[in-house]
Amino acid sequence: MSDSKPHDPNQMTGAAMIVRALADHGVKHIFGYPGGAVLPIYDEIYQQSEVEHILVRHEQGAGHAAEGYARSTGLPGVVLVTSGPGATNMVTPLADALMDSIPLVCITGQVPTHLIGNDAFQECDTVGITRPCTKHNWLVRDVNDLAKVLHEAFYVATTGRPGPVVVDVPKDVQFATGTYHPPRKSDVHISYSPRVKGDANAIRKAVSLLAGAKKPIIYSGGGVINSGLAASKLLRELVEVTGFPITSTLMGLGAYPASGPNWLGMLGMHGTYEANMAMHDCDVMLCVGARFDDRITGRTDAFSPNSKKIHIDIDPSSINKNIRVDIPIIGDCGNVLGDILQVFKSEAKKPDTKDWWKTIATWRARNSLAYKTNNDVILPQYAIQRLFEATRGHDTYITTEVGQHQMWAAQFFGFEEPHRWMTSGGLGTMGYGLPAALGVQVAHPDSLVIDIGGDASVQMTMQEMSAAVQHELPIKIFILNNQYMGMVRQWQQLLHGNRLSHSYSEALPDFVKLAEAYGGVGFQCSKPGDLDGALQEMIKVKKPVLFDCRVAALENCFPMIPSGKAHNEMLLPLEANDEATAAAFAGGKALV
Amino acid sequence: MEQPASAYFMEERHDPNETHTLTVLVANEPGVLARVIGLFSGRGYNIESLTVSETESHKHVSRITIVTTGTPMVITQIKHQLDRMIPVHRVVDMTLTGRSIERELAMVKLRGTGEHRVEALRLAEAFRARVIDATIESFVFEITGNTGKINQFIDLMRPLGLVEISRTGVAAISRGPEGM
Ligand SMILES: Cc1ncc(C[n+]2csc(CCOP(=O)(O)OP(=O)(O)O)c2C)c(N)n1
Ligand SMILES: [Mg+2]
Repeated sequence: MSDSKPHDPNQMTGAAMIVRALADHGVKHIFGYPGGAVLPIYDEIYQQSEVEHILVRHEQGAGHAAEGYARSTGLPGVVLVTSGPGATNMVTPLADALMDSIPLVCITGQVPTHLIGNDAFQECDTVGITRPCTKHNWLVRDVNDLAKVLHEAFYVATTGRPGPVVVDVPKDVQFATGTYHPPRKSDVHISYSPRVKGDANAIRKAVSLLAGAKKPIIYSGGGVINSGLAASKLLRELVEVTGFPITSTLMGLGAYPASGPNWLGMLGMHGTYEANMAMHDCDVMLCVGARFDDRITGRTDAFSPNSKKIHIDIDPSSINKNIRVDIPIIGDCGNVLGDILQVFKSEAKKPDTKDWWKTIATWRARNSLAYKTNNDVILPQYAIQRLFEATRGHDTYITTEVGQHQMWAAQFFGFEEPHRWMTSGGLGTMGYGLPAALGVQVAHPDSLVIDIGGDASVQMTMQEMSAAVQHELPIKIFILNNQYMGMVRQWQQLLHGNRLSHSYSEALPDFVKLAEAYGGVGFQCSKPGDLDGALQEMIKVKKPVLFDCRVAALENCFPMIPSGKAHNEMLLPLEANDEATAAAFAGGKALV
Repeated sequence: MEQPASAYFMEERHDPNETHTLTVLVANEPGVLARVIGLFSGRGYNIESLTVSETESHKHVSRITIVTTGTPMVITQIKHQLDRMIPVHRVVDMTLTGRSIERELAMVKLRGTGEHRVEALRLAEAFRARVIDATIESFVFEITGNTGKINQFIDLMRPLGLVEISRTGVAAISRGPEGM
């Protein structure tokens, strides 16, 4: 009789498999928003306690929260959204995560299989729409494929160059019963096997280049952070052993400590003068886990013209994409750095870089981050410096929005450790920072999590204040309120004849009242003398905070490599008078 | 080039374009062709010709042959970008191996009578094209060969009453005893 047959614990519905797979992959938190096509999964979530669900207010918020969670922990971020609009609202975070190599597993509901293609209610071609903004995606048509696909999804998202993946599950597949299995090796395409270990020959050649360098530089990026804590440790050791100067991309901040003796500051469009000059004039460049992005290189035909370049990257397609390199090493940053260190220590000795450091000191003396202080209005740079001071001694995580405030945060907030800095680098997504802070706070409930925001950006995902209040996540949204889309205004001033077309934020909300309306706490500060006290108050509050920091409206972000210029043609803040600015941007039309 | 007022530097590229034939072995699963084509359109690569068919059904492997053009740096990018797609097993640059045979099949429809008809048949024979359909006022020729030969044949047919062409695109395989 069928009644007497022993119950097979691996027989379950698709919806149950999803929750089970999450638990099997050690997922503690997921971010999501319900809807018709995921109701069976929400029903399963309701009946268990292993996986905690964080309800957001907009699917984009779930995506960025998961990114913040992932970036601050090294674990994959998991998102659950419904079909149609739920899936399309996830497109921005998926594209963001793909650009910045953030591991995300996004499960989307889909209309039942027999309705696919019929323009059913809340149907959209999710795999079609998300194909170019995921590392890979799957539509699961058979419940018996679901376990395999879910396990592969986690594997693909977290190995090699990490990235976002989407698993699209039709509602009938969620209801259907099938056989689940725990993760196993054969769940993964045999065609997918990222290379972790670097080629020994290339590593030996790289070491001999490094050992012979007179004007070396290490240029590190987000890949070092992605590789894990060990990679940052090895990077620090390599800097120590070689005595080389080090700079990093926006995404790589914290891998080497900002207080470290060899730190040159960030490089690129708004990087320091010394970092960019050292990149330009170096004879050997070691690029670790960065990708020669156009914000970094300036004009590529004038990029570091006299150097031999070594490039470590886990993604072969990053090699020779923008800049030709001499020694490519495909592999995981941590793994390759370990091998380089080993060979270096046994075969080379510290090169003499005294003269090089002397040259660097003259560049440093130009003080490229200088700004004119003011006793009446808060300068945004000053605000970040005071925020940094106020958070010393706290266990702090910083996220940002996108714009001038983001660059000032990168320039003036010193990051000592990896995983402490979450920002949208590749896609430059306004609205990233607030939900990202929420995700970080979920992962680190007792830490101080601050979103350094702009008045325009924070309004893009402000609704997540409501989620923060609901889940008692005391995130601090520190808004550098210049009443402009400052970065847009800056470009319009410098490149479009100061015609400030639609870059002024008319009718800004009263952020203090807005905070209160959500059930959070609001602060406003407009006097430099009041700032330290207000920051201390903000840090003490154990609720979500909107801090409206009124700053100088027309401050520009310097130093700056004007577009189309080389690293040695930077515009420095104290030298950026009208004439110098006009000259630096000459070639751009419409200058007055 | 005068630089416009842009956040991007507009660079002129002077490297000459090359034409390469790539063979791509992929897992035969739904959507894989869309991924490959999407890569080309999304990243602005050219497709001159593309053919695809399952070749090893027991292994669920399909073979895609793509003829593409680009600077050497772009061709290298294309290969890397293809290679990092999850269902892609292998990418081989048949042009770089220098030991490949390429063939296309075309069916060419001609309409005409009298002198043109005779001339078409004569040329077809010279090109080893076969007649696979005929009426009193039309022919369909079948021709195989490399792209150049087929182009030449079509050019010759044009003044003789060419109506329609259907081409398979390029398939390629390496010479010698080794498989890829
Ligand atoms: C979603 C999105 N839309 C538009 C942009 C273009 N953009 C870049 S910075 C910026 C202005 C940001 O203003 P704000 O948040 O006030 O920061 P500020 O530059 O003033 O510090 C805009 C509109 C963007 N990066 N992201
Ligand atoms: Mg602003």
